Amino acid sequence: MYTEKVMEHFSNPRNMGEIENASGVGTVGNAKCGDIMRIYLDIDENGIIQDVKFKTFGCGAAVATSSMATELVKGKTVQEAVQITNKAVAEALGGLPPVKMHCSLLAEEAIHAALWDYAEKNGLKIEGLRKPKSDVHEEEEEIEY
Amino acid sequence: MEKKIYLDNAATTKTRSEVVEAMLPYFTEKFGNPSSIYEFASQNKKAVDESRSIIAKALGADSSEIYFTGGGTESDNWAIKATADAYSQKGNHIITSKIEHHAVLHTCEYLEKHGYEVTYLDVDENGIIKLDQLKKAIRPTTILITIMFANNEIGTIQPVKEIGKIAKEHNVLFHTDAVQAFGQVPVDVNDLGIDMLSASAHKLGGPKGIGLLYIRKGIKIRSFIHGGAQERQRRAGTENVPGIVGFGKAVEIALETMDARAQKEIELRDYLITRVLKEIPYTRVNGDRLRRLPNNANFSFQFIEGESLLIMLDMNHICASSGSACTSGSLDPSHVLLAIGLPHEIAHGSLRLTLSEENTKEEIDYTVDKIKEIVDKLRKMSPLYEDFIKRR
Repeated sequence: MYTEKVMEHFSNPRNMGEIENASGVGTVGNAKCGDIMRIYLDIDENGIIQDVKFKTFGCGAAVATSSMATELVKGKTVQEAVQITNKAVAEALGGLPPVKMHCSLLAEEAIHAALWDYAEKNGLKIEGLRKPKSDVHEEEEEIEY
Repeated sequence: MEKKIYLDNAATTKTRSEVVEAMLPYFTEKFGNPSSIYEFASQNKKAVDESRSIIAKALGADSSEIYFTGGGTESDNWAIKATADAYSQKGNHIITSKIEHHAVLHTCEYLEKHGYEVTYLDVDENGIIKLDQLKKAIRPTTILITIMFANNEIGTIQPVKEIGKIAKEHNVLFHTDAVQAFGQVPVDVNDLGIDMLSASAHKLGGPKGIGLLYIRKGIKIRSFIHGGAQERQRRAGTENVPGIVGFGKAVEIALETMDARAQKEIELRDYLITRVLKEIPYTRVNGDRLRRLPNNANFSFQFIEGESLLIMLDMNHICASSGSACTSGSLDPSHVLLAIGLPHEIAHGSLRLTLSEENTKEEIDYTVDKIKEIVDKLRKMSPLYEDFIKRR
């Protein structure tokens, strides 16, 4: 059900781990729904993301989107990182099954949450950055029988 | 080890070679329609009758009480909807449990939308219904109790005989979904007081697409599939003759081998459970340790998610299943694991391994080694585990 790229990132996740004294940390999702993502960012004085790490509790797609999201933001400025959408993450993975699109949303939110934390700590305002939602499942529809 | 290790026998089983062999002539030279009048087709009618007789005997029933269907799901739908229809003059209340298969649960939900009332009984922490709650739930308008024989996820076996007794005392029909139990543990409809029973061939070494509904003589439930006069006019459609023959053969072998098989599976299953619990911390076994199907093991590994575990097991050629949301196509984890009181995050990290007599100790050892590696890898990746370690 997953693309080769998803499977590859799931099997060999990039940037998995923690950063001590990170510039920004964001955790989104909830255990109830079965996925939690945490992103650590190390941002230098020029606002460039020097390092990024993730930890994820979730399915194959959740792990792969976390891994891909970290790849996409690494080396970027915070301003560039804000622009990375869930669609970009999903596309970079060669697509996700429709039921797994929320995983890519979670990855986008996790990046935003870490940036928000960084901005708050440093009294900065990052253009285009909203306070992230912690739960991205609100709009899921219920199936009727 | 490149060989596939199949530990998902509750999902389906391999069709036994003897079963395939028995079926084959009914695709080729013996292709006739059992309803036809000529001699050539009469052997097909005979084959269907023989199968029915084998299966009836296995259930302690009469041949005339066995109706072949397209599978367990159809049998459950038929039993519940047709009872609701036939007994609507008496009442509109059905009692079931929270841990039924979706074939039962979604049928009950459907009936609720059409004026029926359904009580979903709780289960205890091992997945066993509470008999006093069942007694209290019975109303003058109760027409059916439908409680599964054994659970497909956690393997828990219900106190079927007690349920049958309560149903009889209150003059309520008792249907049981025995899809997981039939062929694995002894089932006698008279001894257990069962009025209707659903079973399926592919769970016991038979082919897919063939099941049965046992309907006790005298129960007035109507046809569900309308058409020809097959199955005593209660289930129309040309008989799936190869399927029926295969079902009969599979039941015959399942009954003959039941004791030896159960003994072997229990031994291997308990070895598996012991090793997992001993070697992987923050792990629990779900379901009753004794009142349980011989081949079922169900674990929850804290801090990890089931689908990830399944994919990694698959990469190591191990076929298993999970109650995580991601494998159910919804956001909620298994309703069974929630009903036994597991918090969502623990229910998400579940793993079901269901054995067959073909599994070996070597396979189990390899599987446990891999589970250990994978759980460790996923925990290192888990923010929940990180938080847990930091809090300690």
